[in-house]
Parts: sequence; C-alpha cells; structure tokens
Amino acid sequence: MTTSILAAAMVAAMAGSAYAIDVKIGILNDRSGIYADLSGEGSVLAAQMAVEDFGAADKDINVEIIAADHQNKPDVASTIARQWYDEEGVHAIFDVPTSSAALAVNEVTREKDRIFINSGAGSADLTGSQCSPNTIHWTYDTWALANGTGTAMVETGADTWFFLTADYAFGHALETDTAAVVEAAGGQVLGTVRHPFPGQDFSSYLLQAQSSGAKVIGLANAGGDTVNAIKQASEFGITQAGQSLAALLMFITDVHALGLETAQGLVLTESFYWDLNEGTREWSERFAERNGGDMPSMVHAGVYASVLHYLKAIESTQSVEAGPVMEAMKSTPTSDPLFGEGEVRADGRKIHDMYLFRVKAPDQSQGPWDYYELGYTIPAANAFRPLDQGGCDLVQ
Amino acid sequence: MFEIFGIPAAALFGQLLLGLINGSFYALLSLGLAVIFGLLNIINFAHGAQYMMGAFVAWMLLSYLGINYWWALILVPLIVGAFGIVIERRMISRLYQLDHLYGLLLTFGLALIIQGLFRNQYGVSGLPYSIPPQLQGGTNLGFMFLPNYRGWVVFASLVVCFGTWFLIEKTRLGAYLRAATENPAMVGAFGINVPRLITLTYGFGVGLAALAGVLAAPIYSVNPNMGADLIIVVFAVVVIGGMGSIMGAILTGFGLGIIEGLTRVFYPEASAVVIFVIMAIVLMVKPTGLFGRAT
Repeated sequence: MTTSILAAAMVAAMAGSAYAIDVKIGILNDRSGIYADLSGEGSVLAAQMAVEDFGAADKDINVEIIAADHQNKPDVASTIARQWYDEEGVHAIFDVPTSSAALAVNEVTREKDRIFINSGAGSADLTGSQCSPNTIHWTYDTWALANGTGTAMVETGADTWFFLTADYAFGHALETDTAAVVEAAGGQVLGTVRHPFPGQDFSSYLLQAQSSGAKVIGLANAGGDTVNAIKQASEFGITQAGQSLAALLMFITDVHALGLETAQGLVLTESFYWDLNEGTREWSERFAERNGGDMPSMVHAGVYASVLHYLKAIESTQSVEAGPVMEAMKSTPTSDPLFGEGEVRADGRKIHDMYLFRVKAPDQSQGPWDYYELGYTIPAANAFRPLDQGGCDLVQ
Repeated sequence: MFEIFGIPAAALFGQLLLGLINGSFYALLSLGLAVIFGLLNIINFAHGAQYMMGAFVAWMLLSYLGINYWWALILVPLIVGAFGIVIERRMISRLYQLDHLYGLLLTFGLALIIQGLFRNQYGVSGLPYSIPPQLQGGTNLGFMFLPNYRGWVVFASLVVCFGTWFLIEKTRLGAYLRAATENPAMVGAFGINVPRLITLTYGFGVGLAALAGVLAAPIYSVNPNMGADLIIVVFAVVVIGGMGSIMGAILTGFGLGIIEGLTRVFYPEASAVVIFVIMAIVLMVKPTGLFGRAT
C-alpha cells in the first residue's frame, strides 16, 4: 500500500503538472470581522464557481485557489501579499475589502509585478492618485457611490448635509467624493464627525448631526458600522423628526441584518442585485445553494466576474505574466451574466452600469432577500469618474 | 442658551447622558469581572464572549421559542450562568493552584472558541432584535430626545450594580464569600461548602455578563464580535478602578462612560483610546487602581 502511494507520488513529481498552465490565485479578505459576510468565504465560493463555469480544466488550465484573513489591517494584508507572491507563487490577488488594506496590497503588487483585482474596497484612489499598471478596480468605488446616492438625494431637495465618517482611507474618500457632488449641485456641508473604526455606539455622533440641523445625515461608513448607526438613528427619533439618512455604502447583507422594518425607504447605490435579470438570478440561486441559502453581495459578484475575465485573458495569451495578461484584460471587452457588457479602462477602472435602489417596505417583500426595488439605472458612461479627472499618471 | 467651551449647554447635557448610558454597560460588565477576580482570583477573559452569548440566547429564545424580552431578562442569566458553572467545574477549578496566567489563557482560549462557533453559525452581520413594545418611543427632555429603552438600561444597571455591591459587602452570604477567599480552609472548617460557594460565584459573575448582553441586544447589533470589541475596554475599566474592587468597578464604569462621551464631542477621533490613556496614567500614579488596596 505505502509503496504504491509512493510510486504514484514519484510518477506525479517526475511528470510535473499535467496541465499546460498552472495558475494560483489568492482571495485575501475579511474572514472574521465586520466585512466577513459581504466578502469572506462567499468570495472564495464565487472564485471557485468562476473556475468551474469557465471550464478551466477542459482548457488545460489548472487553477489553485488559496485564501487568507487580513483582519481589515493594512499591515497584515501587505505581509500576507508579500508572502503569497514570494513564497507561495501566487499570480493574482482578488477581493481585498477595506480601502487601507487594499491600498497596501496595491503597492506590494506593483513592486512584485503581479496582478491585483479589487472587488471589496471602495477608495477611488485605487484608480486615481494611487493607480497602478498592475491593478484593476472591479465592483464599485467611492466616486460612483457618491455620484449615485449623493445626486439622488440632492435632487429631492436635500441640500444640507452632515457627515458621519469612518476614520480611515475609505471613509475619508467617500466623504470627500460625496461632499463634492453635494457642493457641485449647490448644496452645503454643515459639518463632519469622524468616528473610530469599527465603532459600536453612534448615538453621540448622531446627536451632533441632529443639532447641526442638516437635512441629510450622510453615513460614510460600511458594514456593521452602518447597521448600528441606522438602528440607533431610528431609536433616537432622528429619522422620525424629519432628517433623512443617506447610507452611502450599503450591501444587501447589511439590509438583511437590519431587517426591512428599520431599513425600509433607504436609498442606496450598488452595481449588482441578485434579482436584477435572468442572468443574475440564475447565478445567484446557484451561489445561495452552496452558501447556506444566503444570496451574494455585489462584492461576491465582482469576484466571480473578475476571476472569469482574468481566466479568459490567460487563455487568450497562454501566459500568467502580469504584463501580457493585464494588457489582454484591458484590450478585451468584459462580458459576464452579472455585470453585462463592459470594459476595463486604461487607469484600471472597470466600467459597467450602476443602479439606484430603494429598500422595500416589509409588506412589499415576498420573503428573505427580496429587498430592493430598482429606482433607475445609471448608465456605464456616467457611472464612474471621467478618465481625465482621477489624477492617474497612467493616462496623463 | 449659554455655551460651554463652544458647545451649546443643551448638547453637552445630552452627551453627558449618553456617556452615562454607555457607562452602564461598562459598569455591569466590569462588575462581573471584579466579582470573579476579587473572589476567585481568576482573570475571566471569556467575559466578553459570555456577554455576547447573553445577547444571542435572548435572540434564540425569541426567534425559536417566542419567549419575550422580559422573560429573557430572567432566563438568559440563568442559562448562561449555568453554562458558566459547567465551565468552572470542569475546567477552571483545576487551575486554582496555579498562577493567574493559566486562568487567563484558558478563558481567553474559551472566548475565541465560543466566538468562532457563533461566527460559523450566524455570520458577522448581526441579527435584529426589537425593543420591547412597552419601552418603545422616547421622552423629550427639552435638551434631548431620550429613548425610553436607554433610560431603562441606566435604571436596570444601577439597581443591579448596587444590589450586587450590597449582597457582597453587607450581607451574611457576602461575608462568607469574602471570608472563603481570605482563608478557605478556616471557612470550610466551620461547615461551609467552599467549592460550591466559589462555583456559584463564578456562575453569578457570568450571569451578570449575560444580563448585560440581554440589555444590549435591542440597541447594538447582535453579532459574535460584540463582546470582543468591548472586553478590552472593560478590562481597562477594571484596572483603573482597582482589580477586585466592587465599588471601584461600578464608579469607574459610569465615570469612564462619561469621559468617553465627552471625548466624542470635543475630539471624536480619540474616543477609542481615551480610556487607555487614562489607564496608563492611573497605573503610573497609583498602580493598585483608584479604589484598589495594596496587598
């Protein structure tokens, strides 16, 4: 018995890999903290599904997926990324929520000349001042969120704002981008308070927002922070007293955690919703079946679509080198059932439609995960920051 | 309206009250820790996980069995306390002869395991738990809108804190307990079952954590990390108050809640560290804590 296993191992070792191309991709995200439900294990599942749907094995491509928890800390993220590139031979890193961690991985990837396709993080600096020839930003960014939700709120006459901002790269970026939208539309920012990340009790900040008299309280935070802030705003009678909340980044997992009773009526911007069309429904139902019944977030969808596009580029170039693969990804239009047709711009920004959703009231919902009604579609051409305004030196 | 340091007085009163509300959680949690440390000499790092369990068990009672908040207030401390008793009997009691460090490591490990199990089962986004209908709505105090539920939290916390203090410092049972920690052999010789007394004390401390968890469930998101975020702060509160001092834990709990609340007005970015800065200063000036006695 032992000898036969040994012999088999020898044969395998001598033959090397049975495939023409070996690819190793790393899913680096939050697997235990406040962003674990919207990214976490679900992103690994999404990547696996992409590999299966692409039919990698039939195309003589062997894909190995590894995953790790960066705990939302930039130092942990860059250490893992470095180790993956240097010792594990990882060719590309996907997902990476938490902007500060994403910016760290962005730097390491540039230095090691590999590929980084971000789905989970928000900071638009990834394709702006910090843009890199090795990075693609797939799912959404702070500029697109501000443009979607900010514009929609200002159009309803909500022209005075107070920001409640998570005190790190993402919160600052989201606040800056939204303030720009508000001011461009003739609105006014009355004040800002920056809370430690992650937070627990927001009542103190909410009271400051209330006494500012602003018509809108802009929540420039995410995940559990947004959930707690919305819950407490309703508890302290802030929404009932006439001020409205703008959840500038909200995922479907957050709405699920809040419950429709508290979340109803909120306006939010996302690039994906499972019940959008036939393609998204079909994929999401397959995803949910393997994810304990929970529907995918837009971050999961982004990981799926980006892995798919990455594998197509590998197939067409027959290479895993960063240079040719990045070039192929930028020159080939993207096409997948979740985001439709799109492109990767020269600065690394992935372009697709964004959607403005309104959260349904409990009596409009058919059951769990039936949460959004589509307000309107923001067409791809207007959804993201124009190429010449980001300050990216790749397009100067 | 007059102003204090550029902040309208009304806003400042509101913030003081909010600080008091947060302080009630600090006080309740640090009280349990102080009871366990003062009487058992165990540094109970699982306290945050037990607080989280309190919130989760309340949620389970409501969602699976339809048992409401008021019953949960009574049942949850009993259920989680009983869990604590099993842990004490099967595991912690083996460590009384050893250095404190072993108890700390054991309970820290338990906390990670418990949190991991809940995370695996329920995810991290949190579960909704509504405020009981009797306590919904709020009262306009003129300077702020006080949700009735938050008022109830302060009241309940004060009653439990001072009740516990009275029980331990002023009753015969409390006297037995304190004597049993001073000299267990002597107290045992008087016919008192010391190990049982100690086990019940641990169960009581855990029950206090669970009670805080039930009180927190309607206002914070019920999620597996809720205790981990809080426990470090609560330890700092206990250290500032003086390890093992019951009254110290209560007063510093409320006091630091207020100081933290004020930091959120004047310099919100520092609100996560202000308690640790105070801890460092107190340790330098009075290493036994504000209310601790040198041993």
